[in-house]
Amino acid sequence: MGRHNFRYFFHEGLTNMFSHGFMTFAAIGVTVACLLIMGTFTLVAVNANALLKELEQQNEILAYVDETYTEDQAQALQSQIQAATNVTSATYISKEQAMKDFEAQYPQESLFQDLDPTIFRDRFAIHISDLAQTEATVQAVEKIPGIVKVNAYEEISNGFITVRNVATVVCVTLIVVLFLVSVFIISNTIKLTTFDRREEIAIMRMVGANNGFIRWPFVYEGFLLGLTGSVIAFGLQWALYSAVSKGIANSDSLQLFHVIEFQQLWEPVAATFLGAGIVIGVGGSLSAIRKFLQV
Amino acid sequence: MIRLKDVEMEYDNGTKAIRGINLTIEDGEFVFLVGPSGSGKSTIIKLLTGEIEPTVGRIMINGFSANNISERQIPLMRRTIGVIFQDFRLIEKKTVYDNLAFVMRAVGVGPKEIHKRIPYVLQLVGLLDKSGRHPTELSGGEQQRVAIARALVNNPSTIIADEPTGNLDPDRSLELMNLLVKINKLGTTVVVVTHEKDLVDRFGKRVVTIDSGHVINDSVGGYVGGRIHGQA
Repeated sequence: MGRHNFRYFFHEGLTNMFSHGFMTFAAIGVTVACLLIMGTFTLVAVNANALLKELEQQNEILAYVDETYTEDQAQALQSQIQAATNVTSATYISKEQAMKDFEAQYPQESLFQDLDPTIFRDRFAIHISDLAQTEATVQAVEKIPGIVKVNAYEEISNGFITVRNVATVVCVTLIVVLFLVSVFIISNTIKLTTFDRREEIAIMRMVGANNGFIRWPFVYEGFLLGLTGSVIAFGLQWALYSAVSKGIANSDSLQLFHVIEFQQLWEPVAATFLGAGIVIGVGGSLSAIRKFLQV
Repeated sequence: MIRLKDVEMEYDNGTKAIRGINLTIEDGEFVFLVGPSGSGKSTIIKLLTGEIEPTVGRIMINGFSANNISERQIPLMRRTIGVIFQDFRLIEKKTVYDNLAFVMRAVGVGPKEIHKRIPYVLQLVGLLDKSGRHPTELSGGEQQRVAIARALVNNPSTIIADEPTGNLDPDRSLELMNLLVKINKLGTTVVVVTHEKDLVDRFGKRVVTIDSGHVINDSVGGYVGGRIHGQA
């Protein structure tokens, strides 16, 4: 494709876009809406995932040792705990250390100072690799002789897992449905253009234009529709995400959530929006002009 | 050269439009293709432009075999033919110049060549001063001359004119036919499909008469035999 043809195709694509104002508006509007919905759910899933990773790193399961066990007997349990599935590390904490940690947590409370270490139990702080397997890991550790109780904050981790799973399912479903809707709308917009230019297409075929020459202006039109939609959607997504994360940061009840800053995400979001917009646009135009290319 | 050998054409609905036609048109010839409505003239044009393939027989057009022609070859074959229609088929939103430039661009001609070729062709058809006009600003005769210029601009070896004078008054029709004769004298093969007996007789060229899918007459001089649509 020569430079003069590139300019011609681009010009024709742009002209086509402006010649059907309403359909162009509808096609861009639908693309923006689709990308925005897809983007929002994806970003929710990304944040839920990040929170889960954080929880996985921070979340400790505490396994308490039988009080009748000596310190040596208690420490000997470490290898058995580490051998359990999903356990990444098990750190022994003596009752004295547990008391010091407890006191350090409440330095201002005189009531908790000078406690007797015997009210604490020797324990293991366990880290796991997959939060979804917490319950199974707890059961496995509980079965180890010498372990009398295991504490895990399953409700919180289960909540995040549910959010992530729901967001992922909704996200994938919406991506498929909205992608098809966008392709359909863009395809119809291009069909309108091809109908409007059917005489021109017939003349092009009659004089011996090859399919590529006939196809390119419509591909450019679809490309420009998708590109415009993705740029607008990206701007709106940025504004929406910033507003929501600001709201979460300012809310007292949502302090637990640490929202990833958009500056950290903008590159993959921009690339995804651009890619999806162009695929939707070009895919829509190719499906619309297929029948015109039958010789 | 155009050659049809034992060509038959039956459409999907069972209509037999062409029934064993043999026809050869040499390079540089001027041929009138005449016959009543439904005689098979339009089918012959469709066969020559590669829109349809014959059911039986062989067709050679300017070095290309129209039988089992590949999708890639069809555009190349069409570039050897310029087609002129009764209803002109010009793009109204484009100027005369752009109507011509667009078909040159469609076959991959560069801007320099376009700028050089279009004034030459417009001068040939007597419309150099109208290059900036839109088709709607021109008379019927002028529009048909633009259509001729468009058919010529890619320098095809054959021009096929399908009822080119159908929308023109007798004076403009004569003018147009003279133009086609002039183009023929420059070396282009011209095939004119027409109903107009007077015009055919006036030029004394080769006349091929089609009726009911058969060639019923092929001679030089004037219209011979057959029913002519709209005439006694």
